[in-house]
Amino acid sequence: MSKRKSKESISTNGECISQVQKVLRERLCYHYATGKLFGIEHQYRHLLELLKRTTIHGESNSALIIGPRGSGKTALLNHVLKDLMEIKQVKENLLEVRLNGLLQTNDKVALKEITRQLRLENVVGDKVFGSFAENLAFLLEALRKGNRTSSCPVLFILDEFDLFVHHKNQTLLYNLFDISQSAQTPVTVIGLTCRRDILELFEKRVKSRFSHRQIYVLNSFDFKQYVKIFKEQLSLPADFPDETFAQKWNNNVQHLSVDKTVNDVLQSLFHYTKDLRSLHFLLMLAVSNVTVHHPLITASDLQEASKQYRMDSKANIVHGLSVLEICLIIAMKHLNDVYEGEPFNFQMVYNEFQKFIQRKAHCMYNFEKPVVMKAFEHLLQLELVKPIEKPSVRTQREYLLMKLLLDNTQIMDALQAPASFRCKQGMQEVPRIPVWEEEGENKGKTPLDDVPERRSGRFTQKTVTT
Amino acid sequence: MNTRQQTKIIYSWYGKPTSSDRKLRTLQYKGIIIKSERTRTEKCIQLGEFVLIEGENADRPFVAQLLDLYEDGAQQKHAVVQWFSHITEIPQNKRKLLKREVSCQEVFFDQVSGYDNDIAVETIIESVLVIPLHPKEELPITLNKEKIFYVKQSWDGKCFKALSSDTFSKLKEANRKGDGVPNSLNSFVPLDISSMKEETKKVARSVMKTKNVEVEIESKHSASKSSLSKERHSQRVANGIKTPTARKKLQLNSPTRLPQSKLLDCDVLELLDDDFDSIVTLEPSAAKRKVKFTGILGSPPKMPCPDDDSNSVSDAAEHQQRFSDTTRLSPYYSNVQKSNEKAKNLNSKNDTILNGLQELGSLSPVLTPRSRRACAQKTSALIAQQISLLNMIESNQKEDFLSSSDGSYSSSSEEEDSDVLCSPEKRTKASRTFSIPKSSRKPSVHTPAKTPKKTSLPGTPKTPRNATPEIPRRSHAAQKPASMLEEARLRLHVSAIPESLPCREEEFQDIYNFVESKLIDGTGGCMYISGVPGTGKTATVHEVIRCLQQAAENDDVPAFEFIEINGMKLTDPHQAYVQILELLTGQKVTATHAATLLAKLFCTPGPKRKTTVLIVDELDLLWTRKQNVMYNLFDWPTQKHSKLIILAIANTMDLPERIMMNRVASRLGLTRMSFQPYTYKQLQQIISSRLNSVKAFEEDAIQLVSRKVAALSGDARRCLDICRRATEICEFASQKNIPEIVRMAHVTEAIDEMFSSPYISAIRNASLHEQIFLKAILAEFRRAGVEEATVQQVYHQHISLCRMEGMQSPTVSDIMSICSRLGACRLLLVESSNKYLHMRVRLNISQDDVMYALKDE
Repeated sequence: MSKRKSKESISTNGECISQVQKVLRERLCYHYATGKLFGIEHQYRHLLELLKRTTIHGESNSALIIGPRGSGKTALLNHVLKDLMEIKQVKENLLEVRLNGLLQTNDKVALKEITRQLRLENVVGDKVFGSFAENLAFLLEALRKGNRTSSCPVLFILDEFDLFVHHKNQTLLYNLFDISQSAQTPVTVIGLTCRRDILELFEKRVKSRFSHRQIYVLNSFDFKQYVKIFKEQLSLPADFPDETFAQKWNNNVQHLSVDKTVNDVLQSLFHYTKDLRSLHFLLMLAVSNVTVHHPLITASDLQEASKQYRMDSKANIVHGLSVLEICLIIAMKHLNDVYEGEPFNFQMVYNEFQKFIQRKAHCMYNFEKPVVMKAFEHLLQLELVKPIEKPSVRTQREYLLMKLLLDNTQIMDALQAPASFRCKQGMQEVPRIPVWEEEGENKGKTPLDDVPERRSGRFTQKTVTT
Repeated sequence: MNTRQQTKIIYSWYGKPTSSDRKLRTLQYKGIIIKSERTRTEKCIQLGEFVLIEGENADRPFVAQLLDLYEDGAQQKHAVVQWFSHITEIPQNKRKLLKREVSCQEVFFDQVSGYDNDIAVETIIESVLVIPLHPKEELPITLNKEKIFYVKQSWDGKCFKALSSDTFSKLKEANRKGDGVPNSLNSFVPLDISSMKEETKKVARSVMKTKNVEVEIESKHSASKSSLSKERHSQRVANGIKTPTARKKLQLNSPTRLPQSKLLDCDVLELLDDDFDSIVTLEPSAAKRKVKFTGILGSPPKMPCPDDDSNSVSDAAEHQQRFSDTTRLSPYYSNVQKSNEKAKNLNSKNDTILNGLQELGSLSPVLTPRSRRACAQKTSALIAQQISLLNMIESNQKEDFLSSSDGSYSSSSEEEDSDVLCSPEKRTKASRTFSIPKSSRKPSVHTPAKTPKKTSLPGTPKTPRNATPEIPRRSHAAQKPASMLEEARLRLHVSAIPESLPCREEEFQDIYNFVESKLIDGTGGCMYISGVPGTGKTATVHEVIRCLQQAAENDDVPAFEFIEINGMKLTDPHQAYVQILELLTGQKVTATHAATLLAKLFCTPGPKRKTTVLIVDELDLLWTRKQNVMYNLFDWPTQKHSKLIILAIANTMDLPERIMMNRVASRLGLTRMSFQPYTYKQLQQIISSRLNSVKAFEEDAIQLVSRKVAALSGDARRCLDICRRATEICEFASQKNIPEIVRMAHVTEAIDEMFSSPYISAIRNASLHEQIFLKAILAEFRRAGVEEATVQQVYHQHISLCRMEGMQSPTVSDIMSICSRLGACRLLLVESSNKYLHMRVRLNISQDDVMYALKDE
C-alpha cells in the first residue's frame, strides 16, 4: 500500500519535474523571446514611442541600439514589437524587414533580401530577378513613389549593424538613411550593435543622414537586482498546474536566494560578467540536474554548475596529458623562464628533456627521439604550443620556432591537481610528475613506452570531463 | 534604332553639287541616297521631302522637312530642316490650348525658335509624307501610321496657329514634288511580308499616275492585290465614301492581315464574353466572306474615273491606307453584330442589344478622328448616339435573316452598296452607324489586349521586367498631428520641405543665374558645388530647378529637361550612363551601350532637343581608375550641340584637384561654388522659419541648439534632429496633457544623449573583473612604457591586483572572455584570438578616460 502510494507520488512528481524542466528551459534558452526585461524600462519606452510614431504618424526615423553582447538588445526590440503589434492600428500597418550582418554580407545580397521580404513585384516565389543595379534602382523607385501619408511604413531591423558598415561605399546604409530623411515612404531603420565606436565608422555623408538617436542598453543593475533576477528567472509561474509543487519550488528558490554559498556563487559570476546570458547558462546547468529523486535545486547544484561553467579550458587539457607530454611542457616552461619568453624549437625542448633524463635516469624512462617528436606533435595538435610562423617546406620540423600557449599558473594548477582527479581520469599508474622545481622528491614512476597508443583512451576521458 | 545600329547604313549624295559656297567651303546638293546594307535597298531623298529624324527616343523619331543639304569643309554632311512637332513634344500644359484631341499622326509646323535646324545627315531615318490639311478637315484614316503625318496648325512655343496660306501651299508643293520624283532609284525589292505595307502604297501611287495600267499591275502582283486596286476604283466611283461592305471586302483582300485580325478578334471575343455568353469564331465568318469575295470578283469592276483633284495621288494613297486600316477593324463590327444576333436568338430581345449598344456607344466615341468627324457633322454627340442606336437595331434586324445564308448575305451587301450610292442621307447614317461601334471598339481593344497578356496563364511566373515598383499602401490613414509639439516635430523633420530656403539666398541666386543664362543661350556648361554634409547643397539645387521649371511654365525661360543621378545610389560608376539614358529616353540598355548612345546624343549636332539639366550628386563616387565616367560627363557639355548643363555636387572643395586627372578637371571648368557650414545665427533662422508660427520652442533653447551644432559641424540635419528629439523629451516629461514648450533642460538632455561619449558609461557599467582588467592594462602600460601589451602580461597584473583586493583570481579562460567582450564593445582593440595568451591588446580610448571612469567608483 505504502509502496503504491510512493509510486504514485513519484509519477505525479515526475510529471511536475518534466513540467518544471519545460517551463524553465524554455525561459532560459529562448530568453530573447519570452524573458522579461530588467532595468531597461526607459529604453523600452523610448523605442516604443519611436516605432509608434513611425506606424501611426508615418514619421521616418533612424536609431541604433547599442549595448554589450547579451545585454538584451534583441530582447528589447522583440518586446517592443510584440507590444506594438497588439495595437490594432499598427498591426496591419507595418512592414518588417530583418537583415543580419552575418547573413547579408554585401549589399547585393541585402537588397535581394529586402526585396524578397517586402514582396515587391520583381519577386517570383522566393527568387528575386534582375541584376544588382536593377534591384537597387527598383527598390529606390519603389520607396521613392510612396509618401508619408499613404504608404505603409517599413521597419528595417539591421542586426549586427557594424558589419553593414563595411559594405562597399556604405551604399545600403546611405540609401536607407537618405530615405528616412526625405519625403518618401516612411521608414525606420533600427540597427543593433555592440560596438560603441559605430558612429565613427560611418562615412561622413552617411553620418550626416543618421539621426543620431542612440539607445544604450547597459547592464546597469547592481548585485541586489542581480539576485532578484536570479529569483525571478528560477521561480515557477502562477499558472503552473501543480500548485503545491510550485509553492514548494518557489519557497526553495526563495531560500536559495538568501543562502550564503549561493550568494557567493552568484557574486563571483556577477563580478566576472553582468551578462544575463551567462546567468541563464549557469541556471540551465543547475536545472538539468533536477530529477524525480532530486526534485529541488540545492546550493551545491549551483556550486557544481558554477565550477563546471567557469573551468579553465586549457588547464583541462593539460590534466589529461601523458607523463611524457607533461615532461615536455615542463621543459618548455623551463626554456621560457630561462629565455624570457623567447620562442623555442623542438630540438631545444628535446635537449632540455635529455638533460633531465641524464640527471634523473633512474626515475624516468629514456624515450627515443621519434617518440618524443610524436608527443610534441600531439601538443601541437592540441594547440598547447603554436608555431609563430607558418610551417614551410624548407625548415625542418625540429627547428620550427614555437611558443607555449600556457601560462605558468595553468601548468602549476595542472600539476598540483589532486591525485583523486587523476584517478578519475584512469591514470592511476601515472605517478606524480618529477619536476625541476621539486627535484628532491621522487615518486614512483612507470615507463610509458607506447605514448601514441594511449592517446585514444585519453580522448574519451576528456570528453567526459569537459 | 537598334536594328539601325546593327546594320551599316551608307549616306551618299544624290547627283552633283548644285552650288557651292567658296567662303564657307560648302557644297550644296539636291538629294541624298540612303543605302542600307542589310536590306540592300536604296532610298533617295530630295530637298523638300519630309523625313524622320532620330531622336533621343528610338520609338519617337522627329519629323522634319529637308530644306537644304550641304557638305562642309570637313566633309561632314549636313542638312537644314524645318521641324515639325509631335504632340508629345509639346509641353503638357500647353496641350490644353488645342482644345481638341490630337491623333498620333498629327504634327505641328514648328516655329519654335531655339531649336537647332542644322543637323547631321546621318540622323535621317527615312522619308515620310506630311500632308497639309485645312483646320476644319478631318484626318483621313490610314494604315501606314508611321509613314504619313498630317499638319494642320503651327506651333511657336506659345500658341497654336492655323497654317498660313503660304506655308500651306509650300507644303503641298513639296508633297507633289516628292511624288514627282522618278521612282527609278526607289527599288521595289519585296523582301518580306512586312514590306508589303509600303508596297501597296507604291502600287496605289503608281496606279494613280499611270491611270490605265491595271493589267500591268495585276500581272505584277498577286490576284488579291489586283482586286484590291479594283476595289479602290469602285470606291472612287462612290466618291471615296466608305461603306461597311467595302470595308468587309477589303478585309478579305489582304490575306497578310488575316492573322492579325484573327488575333484581335479573339480579344474582342474575350471582351464580348462578358456581355454575351456566346462564342463566335472567326473561321465561319471568314468563310462567309470568301463567298462574298468571289461574288465581287465576278461582278465587273467599275472603271475608275479619276477626278482632277490636285493632290489626287496622295489622296489615293490615303484612301488606300484608309481601306486597309478599316479592314482590320471590320471584324469587330461583324462580331458584335453576330453576338447581337445570338443574343437575340436567346430571346433576350432588344433590351440586351440596347444595353450592349449603349455600352458601345458610350465608350467614348470622340476618341478617334473618324467618330469625331461624325460628331462634327451632327449637332451633338447625343443625337448621333441615339440615331446610331436605332440604326444598329435596324441593321441587326436586317442581318437577322440575312445571316441565314451566305449567298443572301453577299447580295445584301450589294444591296447596301447600291443603297448607299443612291441615297446619300441614308449613307451617312449607315456609315455613322457602323463607324461608331467600330471606333468605340478600337480604343477598348487596345487596352484590354495588353491586360490579358499580363494576367494570362496563372501558372507561369510573371515576367518581373515590367513589374511596377511599389510599396503596399497603408491600411489605416496616417494620423494628423494632434498637439503643437507633434506639429512642430513634423515641421522639423528633415524631409519636410520648407516654404523657402533661408540663408542660402546668395548661393541660390548664383546657381539660378548660371543655369538660366545657359538655358537662354542654349549652350551647355558645368558647375561644381561643394560643401560639407548637411549644408543644403542638394536642397538649394532642387529649389533652383523648381523655380526654373516654374519659369519655364510661364515661358520666361526655354523649356528644359531635368534629370538627376546620385553617385551613392549607383552600384557602379558606369551605371551612371544607364540611369541617365533611362531618365532621358526610357530605354534600358547595358552600360557600354548606354555610353555610346549618350555620346551620340550629345555629340552629334542635330536632332532638336531641349536643354538638359543634369544634377550629379555625390560626384566623388563616380571616380574610376581611368575616370572615363567623369571625363565623359564633363566633356559632353563642352560639345557644341550638347545643350547639357551639369551641376555636380560633392563634399570636398578641392575634389577636382585631388582626385581628378588634369583633363577631367580642366573640362569641369572653374565655375565653382562652395557652401560654407551654417553659422549659429543661420541655424537659428532655419529652425525659426521651419517652426514658422508654431510656438513650441523657447528662444534660448533654439539658440543653444544652434550654437552647439554650429560649433561642432554646422550640419543643419543634426540641428533639426536635436530639436526633434527635444520635443520628444518634452512630451515625455509632461505626461499630463499640459501643453508645454521645449525648454533649455530638454534641449540639453537631447544634446547630451546625442553627443555624450558612450565609453565612460560603458566602463562604469562593466562588471568588476572587466574594470580590474582595464586597470591591469593601465598598470601594464605604465610598467612597460609601451601602449600595447599581451594578454599574458595583463593577466599577471590582473592576478596581482586581485590579490591586493583580496579577491578570487580568475582563470585564463575567464580573462580571455573578458578581453574579447571588451574587444567586441571596442573599448579595447584586440588581435584575432587564435594567438591566445600572446594576443596583443591596446586601449581604444585614452588612458585618462579610463582613469576618470574608474576613479569615481
